[in-house]
Order: sequence, then C-alpha cells, then structure tokens
Amino acid sequence: MKILITGISGTLARGVAYRLTRRGHKVIGIDRRPWPDVPDGVEMHQADIRKRPAEDVFRISKPDALVHMATVTHFTTETEERYRINLGGTRKLFEYCHEYGVKQAVFVGRHTVYGATPDSPLYHTEDEPPLAGAAFKELADLVAADLYAGSALWRWPELNTAVLRLCYFLGPSRGGTLAGFLSKDKVPLVLGFDPLYQLMHEWDAEEAITLAVENQLRGVFNVSGPPPVPLSTVCQATGKRAVRIPEPVYPALVGRFGFPYLPPSAIAHVKYPIVIDNGAFVEATGFEPRYTAKQTMEGFRWN
Amino acid sequence: MSLFDDAQVRRNVDRLPIEFDDYGFDRFGLSKKALIRAYSPSAQMYRRYLKVTAFGLENVPAEGRGLIISNHSGGLGADAAMILTSLMLNDEAPRLGQGMAEYFLTRSPFARPLLRQLGHLTGLPEHAEQLLRDERLLLVFPEGARGAGKLYKDRYKLLRFGTGFIRLALKMKAPVIPCAFIGGEESFPQLYHVKWLAKLVKGPFVPIAPQLVLFPLPVACQVYYGEPMHFDGDGSEPDHVIQQYVDDVRHSMERLISVGLDARPQSFMFERMPGPREEKTP
Repeated sequence: MKILITGISGTLARGVAYRLTRRGHKVIGIDRRPWPDVPDGVEMHQADIRKRPAEDVFRISKPDALVHMATVTHFTTETEERYRINLGGTRKLFEYCHEYGVKQAVFVGRHTVYGATPDSPLYHTEDEPPLAGAAFKELADLVAADLYAGSALWRWPELNTAVLRLCYFLGPSRGGTLAGFLSKDKVPLVLGFDPLYQLMHEWDAEEAITLAVENQLRGVFNVSGPPPVPLSTVCQATGKRAVRIPEPVYPALVGRFGFPYLPPSAIAHVKYPIVIDNGAFVEATGFEPRYTAKQTMEGFRWN
Repeated sequence: MSLFDDAQVRRNVDRLPIEFDDYGFDRFGLSKKALIRAYSPSAQMYRRYLKVTAFGLENVPAEGRGLIISNHSGGLGADAAMILTSLMLNDEAPRLGQGMAEYFLTRSPFARPLLRQLGHLTGLPEHAEQLLRDERLLLVFPEGARGAGKLYKDRYKLLRFGTGFIRLALKMKAPVIPCAFIGGEESFPQLYHVKWLAKLVKGPFVPIAPQLVLFPLPVACQVYYGEPMHFDGDGSEPDHVIQQYVDDVRHSMERLISVGLDARPQSFMFERMPGPREEKTP
C-alpha cells in the first residue's frame, strides 16, 4: 500500500512511518518541518498541507491511504494559525482524498476532545459528544477538526474514514502533551484533586495507528492502552515532584517558578479525569498494548 | 495493628474479587491503601460501638455483579458505612459495596479523590452500568436522601421508592439483594429538622437528636440480607411492570424489617445481638 502521512516529522508520525515501511508499505510524508535523517523507503516532501505542493503529492503519487497527523496544539501555535492548520488543513486534505481517489483516511485526534468536567462519566464511548471546546477554548479547533473528519463518513461514503481519539502517550522521544506537562522537575497539581490519567507507551500508540491503517478502519474509535492511574502516581513513577497548589493561585503560578505552562482554562484537565473506553478499537483491530502503565512511566523516568 | 490498619480488614481487602494494578489501584481509581485506612476505623465502630450483627450474608453473591437495596436508617450515613463494613468483614467472601456519590461531593476538593479511592463514583447511570459490567456490587438506597431524613416518629417506614434501580438491574441482568438496616433510627433518633440551617448550609436536612451532637448513640444495630431476587426483562418494560418489581423488592424489605424489629428484645438495645452461627451453639 502507498500511504501518505501528513505531519510526518512529528513524534508519533516518524514511528508510524518506520513501522509501515518495515511492513512493506511505501510511505510518503509531508511536513513543514524537515526530517533530516529520513529513512530509505520514505519519500519526504517539505511542504505545507494547505499549499499547492501538497495537492501535487496527491495528484502525482496517488496514495492509497492518508494518515493525517498534521494538527497543532496551543502549546506551539497561535489561535488564528491553529484554526488555519487544524480546520483548514483537515478540510483540504479530505477534499484531496475524495478528488484523487484515496481509499482510506485516518485522522489522528486526541482523547481530550471529550473534555474534563466534574459530572462526566469515566470510560467515554465514541457516541458521546466531544465537549472540550466549552470550557477549554484552546481545544475548540481540535474538537471541530475531529468532528469535521468524522463528517467525511457521510460526506464521502466511498472513502473509508477512521477518526482515532488517542489518549496521552509517553516514550523515549519525550514528545507529546503529557511529556510536556512532566518536562520540569515539579508538576503542578490542584490541591484536593487527583484525577485519573490514561497513558500508553509511545510505541503502542504508533502500533495502534499502524493497525488502524492496515485494518482499514471505518468510524470513530477511542484508542488507549493500560488502565488509568492517578496523576499523583504518574508524578511519583516518573520521578517528578507533585506540588499541590490551591486553585485560586494556580493560574498565577503555572509557567513560572519552574512549573510548566498551561493556559488558564486547562485547569479542569488537572482536576477532573478524561478516561476513554477502547472496546470498539480492540474489537476491530485486536490491538493489545505491550507495555503496562508502570513500564511506560518508569521507562520515561530512566531513559 | 492500629486504628487505621486492622488485620481482618487488610486480609479481606487482599481477597476482594477486584483486579488491582501495580500501584494498588483498580481501573476506576479505587485504592487498596485507602480502603484499609477507611475500613479499619469503621470496623472498630462496627465491632465495639454499634455492635453490628449481620444476618444472611450467604445471600450476598461471593463474586459477580449485584445490587444491594437497603432502607435508610438514621440520618448520619452510619447505615451505609455499617452495611459496607459488614460486606467487607464477611470472612467467607468479602465484598466491596460501591455507592453512587452525590454530585455536590464529587465537585468538592478532597471529597472527590477520597470517594474515588473508596469506590464511590459520581452518581451517573453510566457509572452504575460500568461497575456492574465489571462484576461489582452496588449499594443503593431507593428512598434517596429523603429516606435518611426520616423523623423518629416515622421510624422503619419505607418512603416512596425510585424505579431506576430495577431498570438498571434488568438491563444489566444483575440480581437484587434486599437488605434491612435495624437500629439506626434508635442510635440517632431525629426529633426535629432545622430547616433554615439546612438552607444555609445547602444540605438536604439538619437533624436534632437527643444527644445533640451529630454522632450516633451506642445502640446495637443489625443488618439483614434477603435472598437474591431475579427479574425477567431488559429494562425497557412499561412503567406498571417495573412498578410491580419495585413493589416486590419493597415487600421483601418490609418483611426483613419486621423480622429484624421482632427479633430485638427492646428497641434501645445496648448489647450485641448474637449472630446466626452463635445461636446454634448451645
């Protein structure tokens, strides 16, 4: 299969590219960022997904499948640009898929789209509405992109679309949202709260995305690994110091005094859990995580 | 052994039919350590202060899903605590009863993580289904908070039942185990409710009892478990069918309550009632 990966220079995407080439697929990559030591078997295009060269890749290389991982978060990108990339970019790519006869599209999204609220249940299923945009406006564009990608299921039924909602991952690349939160020696917790955090090993996450492409998944799927652990345990197991901060002063302290930065509205994600049910994905792909939460966190601590 | 580390509690927590991870948490965030720390003092209360005797524990399934449906007795929550402790201290087959917590509590700092560690999740239908699917035992008070605020003159009268628990039991194919708690109303006889204070603290009620403090008297209490009840259906039945099932459960609870009341030599009993096995020995 000829597989196009957008955002290929990203943490997870490189791993997915390695996995797919190792299994005999041809991989084409698009990213604004370079990938200097790109391996054999990966055809790399340094381009913007919203620009002409990206369309040319579709037109000339005629990929069979798209793995869309070119989304950005508030950690790196300003609001306006984020909407252009996450929404505008996603829209363009799905239109190209339709236009150039791509058979399979996999949108790699995040489990945080469900939102963290005190009254939401544990183990979200895919039929629940993603509510994150309501309280956490920096996630609204990703929620919209997730729903837009899902709408391709009825918009272009001949295109097999899979929307993956991936939980946090940790791994040797030290990339990703949770790794950023754990990047300093101190981790800011909200006093009196200790939510469950669901995390999986980076390599398991890469494997899950690879399985989604190979199994030609169709529909929306939560992707997670081992059962969740409390945030305080995450800190302990990764060798970080959990500092419990009273809620009123929390926004004033994050980003300063050796704490990682968080936007003020992200505080709900440090108070309440987002835990997803991966039953549908496991049934569709037979996915089984190789690493337990303990192995993942301790590996992250010592590598 | 100390107040917070009871040998029997520790032993029985280890025997619970629940899967714990490397850190002693289950998939809902229940914590072994917190269970031992919370159940140890309530085991002392169970044995020494409220001198609880449990009857019919063999009716509680040793493993697998189930709903324990109980009356509210006494306004302090000692009924729930003692029922949960009787399940935990059952050496034949210790079980963890899991309740559904008030929304107000799961928004509050400290209360939320503590409740989660003890297995009491936010009171959402999704949580009840998830727990039953995971073969857990739920503790339900179908009278609701109103039942806990019964005055002494209305003692052991069951209020109107909700019907949600039967639909849940039918949908999840879980047996219903009726349960009666006796003694709570004497240990904390509610004579009067201070309505304005309840409004002020935004609680359901603020009771006044003769002891004047919000702590039960050392009246001996009993818990009775009835035989598991199985109902036919899938939870989509019309209301009159569901209501019939609810009434069945209610009647078996009323029977258990009257058995329990009759068994006491007097209502204010300060000596422990001998247990079912102890009676048989001459």
